[in-house]
Amino acid sequence: MSNSEPSVRPATRRCLATTSLAGCFGCHMALLDIDERLFELIERVDIDRSPLTDIKRCGRCDIGLVEGGICNAENVHVLREFRRQCKLLVAVGACAINGGLPAQRNHLDLGQCLQEVYLTGPGIVHGQVPDDPELPLPLDKVHPVHEVVRVDYFIPGCPPSGDALWKFITDLLDGRTPRLGHPLLHFD
Amino acid sequence: MDARSLSIDGLPVPFDDGQTIMDASLAAGIFIPHLCHHPQFTPQGSCKLCTVRANGRYVSACTMPASEGMEVESNTPELNDKRRTMLQMLFVEGNHFCPSCEKSGDCLLQALAYELEMLGPHFPQFYPDRPVDASHPDVLLDFNRCILCELCVRASRDVDGKSVFALSGRGIGKHLIVNAESGRLADTDFSLADKAAHVCPVGVIIAKRRGFAVPIGQRRFDGEPISRRVDWLARRRADDEEEQ
Repeated sequence: MSNSEPSVRPATRRCLATTSLAGCFGCHMALLDIDERLFELIERVDIDRSPLTDIKRCGRCDIGLVEGGICNAENVHVLREFRRQCKLLVAVGACAINGGLPAQRNHLDLGQCLQEVYLTGPGIVHGQVPDDPELPLPLDKVHPVHEVVRVDYFIPGCPPSGDALWKFITDLLDGRTPRLGHPLLHFD
Repeated sequence: MDARSLSIDGLPVPFDDGQTIMDASLAAGIFIPHLCHHPQFTPQGSCKLCTVRANGRYVSACTMPASEGMEVESNTPELNDKRRTMLQMLFVEGNHFCPSCEKSGDCLLQALAYELEMLGPHFPQFYPDRPVDASHPDVLLDFNRCILCELCVRASRDVDGKSVFALSGRGIGKHLIVNAESGRLADTDFSLADKAAHVCPVGVIIAKRRGFAVPIGQRRFDGEPISRRVDWLARRRADDEEEQ
């Protein structure tokens, strides 16, 4: 007779994908701030496309966390892939939710921005606006995620705390309606 | 005269003659969300955040006189849904970039968004172009955050006697202006000692060289949600200058 323990299977494993678009990776750093709870997380989810795995394309997933707004054509493609592949799409952080810091350029003319940064700014010699075909073209304005695809949930914060992300993710995994009360809900 | 009372969400609340629903609720320590109301100024009922149902009718709590036996509903999912939608419209009409705002944590708009669990803007962002006015030596005006509550207009006109501020334009074009030929705050007699310098519920009128002296995380609404600061909301009359 086998002496093996009856296997204790965890509840259904879920699949999680994350990406950073026009963001600073601060929200991903905040995800790492869940510290030792990362071990519990990887017991419960497989991580698909994410800066943590370096997987480049997103397969079918349960939860997609999107950091950052939409500032160029590549952001749009990645975001649409996430929306197509993820059952639940979550906008994480100020930039994904209202454009955040990158959107502070929205009242400026994009052409003039590029001119000043690459041609006429102080200290520039032999300046050139980058035009390598591999570079994604910038959009005229920076947009929040919900202006491009349907978004199921929002986690505000710049960044949201590790505790807020953990509360949200575990609420979802445990089948509860995710809820961030005071003091986890903050915009700064 | 016998004590008179109304009910707010089923709780009996006493009131005196001449009091509004908001006056009675603040005195009783009951929180009704509001932005443009301030106990020191004549209520104008413009922000509509304090909309309640009084005997079945939608009214602004800050302008509606209390009456005997009035049944007021305030903290209901239906009203809070409407309030959240109004907040979302306020957020997308301006440029409310909380992470860079010196008022973050002390801002009534933000505190109400927390209270009503506004997680996202829902509507498309307007991203209006509103240059700041940094001309005054002691005060920065950041029009990006203006919600048109007219508290600075009322304070400057009614308390300071200076009428430094006004609203101009109509509808979506309405905006805050400064009463000077140049339109610049430096060309008025505005001073940091004015009442108007301390009533902005958001981050439009900002004292210079103060910045983040109180760190993010230790500010008024970081510690406690606004619904538990009714005492502070009710006694803002005298405390604005003190706390600034």
